[in-house]
Amino acid sequence: MNIILILYLALAFALFLIPKKISKQTALIVAFVQLVVFVYFIGQLPTISTGNTIRSSVDWMPDLGLNLEFTLDGLSLVFCLLITFIGFLVFIYANTYMKSYPGTMKFYFYLTLFSGSMLGLVLSSNLVLLFIFWELTSILSFLLISFFNEKEQARKAAFQSLFVTGFGGLCLFIAIILIGSIVDSYSVTDWVDKAQLIRNDSRYLPALILILIGVFTKSAQFPFHFWLLGAMQAPTPVSAYLHSATMVKAGVFLLARLYPIFGGTPEWTHIVPVIGALTMLTGSYLAITQIDIKLILAYTTISALGILTLLLGIDTKLSVKAALVFLFVHAFYKAALFMLAGFITKLTGTRGIDRLGGLIRSTPMGFIITMIALLSMAGMPPMLGFIGKELIYEAKFDSPWISSLLVVLGVTSNIFMVAISFLLLFKVFLGKSKTSLSKNNYLMLLFSPGILALLSLGFGLFPNLLTPFIEPALSIIRADDIQIKLKLWHGFNQVLLLSTFTVLMGIMLFIIIYRNKKIITVWQRINNRLFAINFTNAFSAGLDKFIAFSTKNTHFIQHGYNRYYIITIIIFTSLLLSFQLYITRGWEISSSFTFHPFYISGLVVIISLSALLSVFSKNGIFTVTAMAVTGYGISLIYLYYSAIDLAITQIIVETLMVVMFVLVLRGLPKFTKLSSKSTKIRDATIALCFGGIMTLLSLKAINVDLSPSISDYFVDNSALLAYGKNIVNVILVDFRALDTLGEITVLVIAALGVSTLLNIKKPKK
Amino acid sequence: MNSIILQIAAKYLKILFLSFAFIALIRGHNYPGGGFIGGLLAALYIVYNSLAFTSRQIKQQLRVRPEHYMGAGLICALLSFLPSLLSGAPLMKGIWLSLNTSIMGEIKLGTPLLFDIGIFLTVMGVTLLFLFTLSINK
Repeated sequence: MNIILILYLALAFALFLIPKKISKQTALIVAFVQLVVFVYFIGQLPTISTGNTIRSSVDWMPDLGLNLEFTLDGLSLVFCLLITFIGFLVFIYANTYMKSYPGTMKFYFYLTLFSGSMLGLVLSSNLVLLFIFWELTSILSFLLISFFNEKEQARKAAFQSLFVTGFGGLCLFIAIILIGSIVDSYSVTDWVDKAQLIRNDSRYLPALILILIGVFTKSAQFPFHFWLLGAMQAPTPVSAYLHSATMVKAGVFLLARLYPIFGGTPEWTHIVPVIGALTMLTGSYLAITQIDIKLILAYTTISALGILTLLLGIDTKLSVKAALVFLFVHAFYKAALFMLAGFITKLTGTRGIDRLGGLIRSTPMGFIITMIALLSMAGMPPMLGFIGKELIYEAKFDSPWISSLLVVLGVTSNIFMVAISFLLLFKVFLGKSKTSLSKNNYLMLLFSPGILALLSLGFGLFPNLLTPFIEPALSIIRADDIQIKLKLWHGFNQVLLLSTFTVLMGIMLFIIIYRNKKIITVWQRINNRLFAINFTNAFSAGLDKFIAFSTKNTHFIQHGYNRYYIITIIIFTSLLLSFQLYITRGWEISSSFTFHPFYISGLVVIISLSALLSVFSKNGIFTVTAMAVTGYGISLIYLYYSAIDLAITQIIVETLMVVMFVLVLRGLPKFTKLSSKSTKIRDATIALCFGGIMTLLSLKAINVDLSPSISDYFVDNSALLAYGKNIVNVILVDFRALDTLGEITVLVIAALGVSTLLNIKKPKK
Repeated sequence: MNSIILQIAAKYLKILFLSFAFIALIRGHNYPGGGFIGGLLAALYIVYNSLAFTSRQIKQQLRVRPEHYMGAGLICALLSFLPSLLSGAPLMKGIWLSLNTSIMGEIKLGTPLLFDIGIFLTVMGVTLLFLFTLSINK
């Protein structure tokens, strides 16, 4: 399995090497690879369905518990098949769709990496590894959503999705670490083995909530659903992929993956279904008043994701089975519908359903395919969607908790779905045609949705073909062996009655809306009133406020006045030093001052005098010279105490300083009195305090007994170990070479910074 | 400044300055000197030149940009860690090679010398960069 992931990575980069001649067919190459991988996964089906799992593990950072552990079991196989198969179709579709846009190579690069990281996500059985892939999908979807980055909306939407999913990702990461600290391992198998331990731990509830936040942000659950609406700014192939088999399904996957650990606990069964039901209803309710095809589809995706979450939250065999079936149902029809939406947009140049109509005459093929996909979405027989919906109703009836409420909510939501399906079909394909059509008929774009529609129909007629995929996954999630049978015809029962009722109500709703054009606008107005919070706007407003808040804070600390920075630094250093001097008080200034030869005392007098002069002088050159005298004087003192290296360095540096100061002074105005008397007094006080404290510190330093002194080691070993007699140099280049490396690196960075800052040209006015 | 005396002197002092810098670098391990001092000495020569010539003339004389000296210096310093890394010793352990030459007796060459050369080049480059940016802008 490592090889597959490496293949995707290599493929993504190899795309740039494709010669110009065939570069127009790049997507087909990727599609072919996806197909090969898909066939490989199909080939693993017999092994997996007998209950085996394929594992591979390579040590990466064993100390951190992070290893490249991959597991192919029933659950990941289902997702792998969906990712590769729909990926295959998406790439074929994109080959035609993306032709007219610039930068397609970059697009395929992102999309290939995205497929690969999605596969990595579902295959990894180490949770830290899973988190890495999780974040990769977030980042890549950011890049994909912002692909048309010349549009402001696309950029905004991309940021929004990155913030929301990134926030969720961080929550998830904390949760992973929390549970990792309980189990002392990041491997899923260990977690499942020690599920009881996890559930009894006090860290269980916070971890669960954090994981759920991660899942809900990724899977666009209420109230995090809004990022998915913005995500439709992405090119249509991306939307099709994102909504059907990847990205949002990652959350569902993680729910299913962690089901054996968390599933069935009271916290799980109370939080997950409620959020799911809420999302299901919000999505389908808000979908019906939209007029943009892609937006309608996005809302229905949210609703479908709500259903999946809800089903995984209800803790029964039936519900998990329904969830798995619905996963396929949704992937098939949603990918097809997005691709069809793209096809219609290409054909007519618009996505607004009010501006479309009568397309049945120009593209009967498109009509048939759309109809099949929409019927599956509406859950009408003989589509796979029908079976999915029946199972969902059954699961809701069977729910141990608030089952009647769930059934009512589910039916309401499905009524909306039916109405939306018919609305889309009628508004787009029937009636008068309102737009001029593109000359190109884009028949190639119908290939992928056609196959998906056929699958919806085929699996609907022969549902048992689906069981070999679902059984192994079910056994992984529910951890017991379950034989399942899928049937189109369940016989007359409660569920069928409910289904009929749903469809009839849906059609009635549709007729009402279709007849009265005004009803939608009125409805929209009501919705705007009722749901005054526009999540997207609220999010960006919140973000703006946060940025303003931090800007204010930053300006308070980073005000840009060098003098105040220096004052702050010196005052804080003085305070810390005096505190240190205070708590270690009890030492006395050594009274035994040794008397130095007169020339050293004279030197000290000269140094002090020139320091004073440099402060009080009124001429720049004079100040510099006085400072240089101070420096040379100090280097002479070094020399007296036989610190030759130090003295040489000090002399050279001092010389260079003078030259540079002279260079700078040439360009500066003459000394002028800019500071008032009070500032001068303030600065003098600060400087004197600092100087005094430093003096005290050096007096104290004499008294500090540092035995055993480290310098003894250097003196003893310098010649023996490092073959050098100059201890200073040996310390610099051998004993403390890392420090020196750091210092010269800092020097280089500082020099580059200075040179860059000085070379900035003032903008011409 | 454009002084003939300084310019002529610069020509002859060049050898003196640079050989001095070089000696300081080489002897550094056993006697006062080393990469820092050597690099500063070398830079000092250019500073001296900057008094005698215009900065454009110096740039022509120098041929290599100060940034490249800095980069080369860092690379030298990093390369000096390579032998210890390859021989499996702790990183940055000095590896020594002794050569027996008939003229100068035994010479010991070690990675610390390479490291010191790195310091030399970096310090020289940094000083020159400061100098040039300051003098050219004014």
